[in-house]
Amino acid sequence: MISCKHATELMSQGLDRQLSLGERLRLRLHLFICIGCRNTLKHFRFLREAIRKHPWQG
Amino acid sequence: MSTLSPEEIQSSLAEIRPRLLGFARLQLRSAAAAEDAVQDALLAAMEGAARFSGASSFQTWVFSILKNKIIDELRRSSRTQTDVDAEVALDEAVSDLFDERDHWSEMPAAWGDPQASLEQKRFWEVMDVCLTNLPASPARVFMMREFLGLETAEICKELTISTSNCWVLLHRARIGLRECLGLRWFGELAK
Repeated sequence: MISCKHATELMSQGLDRQLSLGERLRLRLHLFICIGCRNTLKHFRFLREAIRKHPWQG
Repeated sequence: MSTLSPEEIQSSLAEIRPRLLGFARLQLRSAAAAEDAVQDALLAAMEGAARFSGASSFQTWVFSILKNKIIDELRRSSRTQTDVDAEVALDEAVSDLFDERDHWSEMPAAWGDPQASLEQKRFWEVMDVCLTNLPASPARVFMMREFLGLETAEICKELTISTSNCWVLLHRARIGLRECLGLRWFGELAK
């Protein structure tokens, strides 16, 4: 089982590149049992959306 | 189709100038550098304005000029502007979030309805404080990725850093922002 820290690294990279099949499976398994990382994934996605809607954006 | 008149160009630029400045200041972290970038963008915009017939497409174009000026400036500043102490502090703060087995010391909590925050002026003030609190290197990479919409490969090339370094910096920036918003806005309890 991957660690929470590694899971957050994969979640972050998942916003910047296509994760491999193995990475996706390991991450999914981790997320299945870890509420802290599920929350973090939502927060990372929210961050991206928030920046896109930032009032200074053109 | 008629093109924009000099008066229309002027009023159009005056209208977006505050937004251009706010955008530039947040990313360059320097009022002087932001003024310069906006000045350059406005000058370039006036030269090319004759090609536009609508204010909105003109403004979009001015914004894209500014984005390129900001990328130039971020590239320049990356050679001189580093903040080693702040980076070490962020590294340590990130490490402290995890125990010796790299599991959460304290699980991040749910944020309720974060969408509703987007409508609140105070939220954006907190967001800007959190962005400004990031050390220079992760902030620069995060800005290029999320505000300027560059792919990581382009960021690595612009800043001459490795891809893995780019991912490390983005990860720290996101974790740092998550912590900051969690504490300052979404009411997660400080440990």
